[in-house]
Amino acid sequence: MESTDQICSRILSRLPGAEVSVLQNPGPAAQHSLLVGRQSVVEVATFLRDDPELRLDYCSNVTGVDWPEKVIVEVAKVSTPDPAGGAPKVTEMKTERVQPGYLEVVYHLYSVALRHGPVILRTRTAGRDAPAAVPSLTPVWRSAEFQEREIFDLFGVVFENHPDLRRILMWDGFKDHPMRRDYVEPEDYEWEPTPHGDLVEKAKKARAQAGGTPG
Amino acid sequence: MTPSPLLPSGGATVRAVNDEFHGDLLEVSMGPHHPSTHGVFRMVVTLDGERITKLKPVLGYLHRNHEKIGEATSYLASMPYTDRLDYLNAMTNNWAYALAVERLGGLAVPERAEYLRVILAELSRLQNHVCLAGFLLQDTGASGTPLMYAFREREKILDLFESLSGSRMMCNFQRFGGCRTDASPAWLAQVSSLVGGFGRFLDEFEELITGNEILMARTQGVGVLKGPAAVSAGITGPMLRAAGVGYDIRKVDGYGLYPRFSFRVPIGAHGDTYDRYMIRILEMRESIGILEQALRDIPAGPIMDPKAKLRGFRPKPGESYGRIEGPKGEIGFYLISDGSANPYRYRVRPPSFVNLTVLEDLCLGHTIADSVVILGSIDIVLGEVDR
Repeated sequence: MESTDQICSRILSRLPGAEVSVLQNPGPAAQHSLLVGRQSVVEVATFLRDDPELRLDYCSNVTGVDWPEKVIVEVAKVSTPDPAGGAPKVTEMKTERVQPGYLEVVYHLYSVALRHGPVILRTRTAGRDAPAAVPSLTPVWRSAEFQEREIFDLFGVVFENHPDLRRILMWDGFKDHPMRRDYVEPEDYEWEPTPHGDLVEKAKKARAQAGGTPG
Repeated sequence: MTPSPLLPSGGATVRAVNDEFHGDLLEVSMGPHHPSTHGVFRMVVTLDGERITKLKPVLGYLHRNHEKIGEATSYLASMPYTDRLDYLNAMTNNWAYALAVERLGGLAVPERAEYLRVILAELSRLQNHVCLAGFLLQDTGASGTPLMYAFREREKILDLFESLSGSRMMCNFQRFGGCRTDASPAWLAQVSSLVGGFGRFLDEFEELITGNEILMARTQGVGVLKGPAAVSAGITGPMLRAAGVGYDIRKVDGYGLYPRFSFRVPIGAHGDTYDRYMIRILEMRESIGILEQALRDIPAGPIMDPKAKLRGFRPKPGESYGRIEGPKGEIGFYLISDGSANPYRYRVRPPSFVNLTVLEDLCLGHTIADSVVILGSIDIVLGEVDR
């Protein structure tokens, strides 16, 4: 199979307007990925599936990654010459830069027809809060159907054009997205009011009045 | 739609008891507590008479956010958690996770450990497939006996797992860079004798079951899945091969030492439930061949990479995806390291979860009793579906 760089340049030659770049993987696995802009992801995915040399007809794994807002501190050394003629004074200048957070969706693609892979496709949302949306690739590969629903459920990525975007693992009334890095678990999320709540409160009061330990 | 027998087309008018309901669809919620759903799983089935017109799977009853737990623990501490995904196949889950971590950290695996992994994975495949055949027959109404025959053989394999790893099902045996304990010659001899007798058991099982008229009537032509649809829906494992697509990750990726073994990949012709049953039987026969070769060739030597550091393992920043051919399909792990002791992202690619995508397509037009058989032939484990 072609290297990720070759695939990237071929996509650019065929689809000149597409936003595609190669994201290097510094680790020993060296599985590099294609970073595709939201606007062109459906177009690029369709190309990867239908191109006769790639034929990535099988989308194996779809997953989300949460990258929260990050403060990057850059330290620059500034030397000011001493007017008295001594050694120049070196001061450290700290600049803080805020890298905005985003949610990333990662697709691992293989070819069943040509028996190669993986080609890794990543796309990113504009931000972490609403609308954190990317186009769905379920119309391209049906195997993304349940996995994109799972990402919607656990990360809160909204997939545009998904045929059936509902929660899949958490229950319907659940509010938050538990796989986000900043998710805080409620103290008792299984608590729900019962018709006996008032009665229990009454009994507690009565016990306290009688001098017993509040149950 | 066929006209109702209660409403005659001509002649005397017979008023049926509930005739205002004729032609209405009935929505039935099957599960979550139902013996045929193989765990806590629910299907919302819309029925027209007995025929299924719509089916929506409802999941998540066993959801415990396995991936979040994996991100909050160290690389080594996730290994026993992987046992609990597909609790029938702890050995292959361990292997898939170990493979992903080995790629992430650039670790090598000694030859003897690779042989042990192949032996354990194939034993795992045997016991998974034999279980599936038993359950499938149970679902078709062959209560008790075939399942017990299957479980008798499975128990022998679980005994071997127990004597090697200390646990029947929660084996926690593989480590990144090798295996946890070495197999004694006596253990390997026990495996040999089991493998020697397994073919005879399969012969006996097939004589009872494969040609059985009721099994054929209940499974042939039921739940047909075609190859292109299966590939697009990400179906893997025996279900994909039953649909006529010869895609086996043991052959395609050649991970571990699989290129050294000679074995065939059985492929179905019809993609129906009977083919899915038959593929498993044929795969078991191939597994016996792989086991015989592995037991003949296993070398002596170390079982752990001396450079592997299990505790306090901190791989360099990067990411990796490792996948193997599990008994249920492609089980993969996707890991992102940020250089700390816990993975930044820990993702399981569960085969039975993705294989459920086509459940509705397979069931449409069949009767509600067939949906039980079709679900059984997909081979799901809810520990893995819900994670």
